[in-house]
Amino acid sequence: MPKIGETLVSLHNAGVRVSDKWLVRGVSLNVRRGEIVTLIGPNGSGKSTTAKMALNVIEPSEGNAQCKHHIRVSYVPQKLVVDWTMPLTVNRFMALTHSANESDIQRALSATGIEHLKNAQVRNLSGGEFQRVLLARAIVNRPELLVLDEPVQGVDFNGEIELYRLIEKIRTELDCGIILISHDLHVVMSSTDKVICLNGHVCCSGSPEAVASAPEFRTLFGDRAANELAFYKHNHDHEHLPDRTVQKLKKVSPASRHQSVEGTSNSEGLKRHA
Amino acid sequence: MLDDFFIRAVIGGIGVAVIAGPLGCFIVWRRLAYFGDTLSHSALLGVAMALLLELNITFTIFMISVIVAMLLLLLQRQAQLSSDALLGLLAHATLAVGLVVLAFMTWVRVDLMGFLFGDILAINTTDIVLIYIGGLAVLTALALIWKTLFAATVNYEIAVAEGLKPDRANFFFMVLMAAVIAISMKIVGVLLITALLIIPAATARRFAITPEMMAIVASTIGAASVWIGLEGSLRWDTPAGPSIVVAALLGFIISLLPVQWLFKRLNFNRPMRG
Repeated sequence: MPKIGETLVSLHNAGVRVSDKWLVRGVSLNVRRGEIVTLIGPNGSGKSTTAKMALNVIEPSEGNAQCKHHIRVSYVPQKLVVDWTMPLTVNRFMALTHSANESDIQRALSATGIEHLKNAQVRNLSGGEFQRVLLARAIVNRPELLVLDEPVQGVDFNGEIELYRLIEKIRTELDCGIILISHDLHVVMSSTDKVICLNGHVCCSGSPEAVASAPEFRTLFGDRAANELAFYKHNHDHEHLPDRTVQKLKKVSPASRHQSVEGTSNSEGLKRHA
Repeated sequence: MLDDFFIRAVIGGIGVAVIAGPLGCFIVWRRLAYFGDTLSHSALLGVAMALLLELNITFTIFMISVIVAMLLLLLQRQAQLSSDALLGLLAHATLAVGLVVLAFMTWVRVDLMGFLFGDILAINTTDIVLIYIGGLAVLTALALIWKTLFAATVNYEIAVAEGLKPDRANFFFMVLMAAVIAISMKIVGVLLITALLIIPAATARRFAITPEMMAIVASTIGAASVWIGLEGSLRWDTPAGPSIVVAALLGFIISLLPVQWLFKRLNFNRPMRG
């Protein structure tokens, strides 16, 4: 495991009320450098609201949210629609909130495997491509805290696993803290350090194993989900490259899981099929 | 050279079009066409107030536009009525109040058509100086808030989360809109300002691949429309403002023609014959 460092953001008993309704209440969490904290829970359970409190986008109505001073944050929101009237290349999108130099953009695009889309118009991208572009944009400025709200939506199953593997690599490479919101419990579990299960409040939290076996988790997601988690094993043994070729994956052992982000592009010793 | 009223009109009109281009892009991207309309309609109230209180017309229009914009934001926060109903209410209420106040002032003779549709004969050297100094100020301010404003147009929450200040940028954008309306009213008139903001931007969208390029192309197309419109106005003795808008509209229609498709066909046919 990568070493875990200073606290980047923490919520203390935080909650948000809109008119008379509490969206979420009593959330306490702590994200440290090098740590992936996953928020799970049914729709409307307050996952996005919690993330927005951590991002300072929403002020907590009670409790408080504290951030490290001058922290570099990147955010991939749950929903982002680029208006069709807006001409926007992927390259320009990379510098949306902060100026980015050419080599940083190149590095982010190659890390997410979308170098070939550099000059494409954002509104013409497929769902999977767009999620990769969002992820690439989020890592251009080497954030200290990365908040990903359902970053793999609209991506097929194999693409999902690739993206989660990439998120893990980003964590190791940038040594950043990550708040991850996800529905794909079984895939997320393997790469997360801490899971917080929300349902308007914190149902249960802890290590993935502890949460999966918690009775609260079983009540919320059902026995089947919990059992699937226990037995989940990934059998996909090859990766699909952007140029439609296929490359074999090395056996993913826990020790080799955290390779550098650049590792993806240096495919030495890998077989390619035409 | 500035002695000739036509030259003055062209110089003034081109100045206005160059300022309107980049702001028009934001109006198109943010779907603020009706908002722009409301502000420009309120300009007539500004004219009436200026005459009533014996103030500078341009300055009063600017102030009234800013006040109407604030009022709009305030009413939107109250959320009693839908946004477009509010806009419609304010747009026509301010126009009507302006007309009524003007009618009461029997001691001033007002060229109503001039205010509604623009009057090229009325442009003097002072106006031109105002357009270019004011325009330079508007464009400089816009350049300063450009990045934040654009990021917030793509996604407000990303902008906030990643440390930008979109609320401040939105406020300044509104003030700039009011300034452009005040500056350009004499050229195109109350009823057609929005057209000069929107049509060149809509045409530019077809040719631009980045937002910055769209802004520059919109300014260029706007300037060309002013020139062509005024030439036509002189030749056929048509009102200046509407002629400029018709020229801009022709540009937009030409941009809709499948020019690329036509080129492809011509290139395709040539080797077939040879």
